Amino acid sequence: MGIEEKAANLGIVTTTLETVVNWGRTNAMWPLTFGLACCAIEMMSAQASNYDLSRFGMEINRPSPRQADLMIVSGRVSRKMAPVLRRLYDQMSDPKWVIAMGDCASCGGVFNNYAIVQGVDEVVPVDVYVAGCPPRPEALIDGIMRLHEKVMKEKISGTSHNADRTTIRVEQEQQDGGLIQVT
Amino acid sequence: MDNATVLNRLRDTFGAVVSAPDERHGDLKVCIEASRLPEVGRWLRDEADLQYTLLENLCGVDYLGRLPRFEVVYHLFSFQNAHRLCLKVGVPEEHPVVPSVTSVWPTANWHERETYDMFGIVFEGHPSLERILMPEEWAGHPLRKDVPLGYEEVAFTFNEDRIYAHKPFAKE
Repeated sequence: MGIEEKAANLGIVTTTLETVVNWGRTNAMWPLTFGLACCAIEMMSAQASNYDLSRFGMEINRPSPRQADLMIVSGRVSRKMAPVLRRLYDQMSDPKWVIAMGDCASCGGVFNNYAIVQGVDEVVPVDVYVAGCPPRPEALIDGIMRLHEKVMKEKISGTSHNADRTTIRVEQEQQDGGLIQVT
Repeated sequence: MDNATVLNRLRDTFGAVVSAPDERHGDLKVCIEASRLPEVGRWLRDEADLQYTLLENLCGVDYLGRLPRFEVVYHLFSFQNAHRLCLKVGVPEEHPVVPSVTSVWPTANWHERETYDMFGIVFEGHPSLERILMPEEWAGHPLRKDVPLGYEEVAFTFNEDRIYAHKPFAKE
């Protein structure tokens, strides 16, 4: 009833600017092309035809950080690699998001030693943690969907999109292999 | 060429510089005085009937609690005789210095840098003895036995609040 119905008949949809912008951002995320370890194999698998990440508007990876807005840290980060990772993150243009894929990127995983950064959140601010060693492509896709949900809730304001940053952890449930969300 | 021949040749030429020969597992291992090492190496490389032209491996070992504490191990190979020889050099903790063998086998360059990086053993005469694996600003030498094994306490649900309170999370 009312003006919305009539406007829709004319081919006009009313919505908020925030929704449109966030919708655009979620459906055209460009991940940065880089893999650090075995998780990258699963990431490649998620992007290949079997799992087909392009269903969610992510068919293109960008080798240049200037053109990418999503960093998927797929693997363990050595202490020597950490400054490189941070530089790549700094070179990405705002707004930008980070997914820590797998146990190593999330918390160091099995590599509790001098050579590996104990969680990539020491180097870059992480939006979504995906558990698994390595996580299956479904888990990565689930993590990306959670990120999309988060981006849809973002407010457009003068401050950085990370001002009231909340992180999401995607954890793999042992019993049925399903996914639960812990915030 | 067998182990006994090589050992006799070494002893005839260098005498007491060569000590503690060992033939466990088939390969000959001898201890060498650190100060004479490049000389022995060059002789082994250039002697017509020995020709240990390949330095297969060079590494450090930390025998914590033993004297001398460190040991640098050189694995040599002679293509001519298809024979392996292992040299060991004891390195004391208070003065961990060994002469470099980069002038004898150029391949020792990176191996010595790695041994320096991991154990803090200084190779005198090395063209540029810098860290090769760890970041430049890293303090200490991680493969020494007195370096703690785990880097950080593992976080479980019962202790994660305490651990995360001190964890250096990255800022935007």
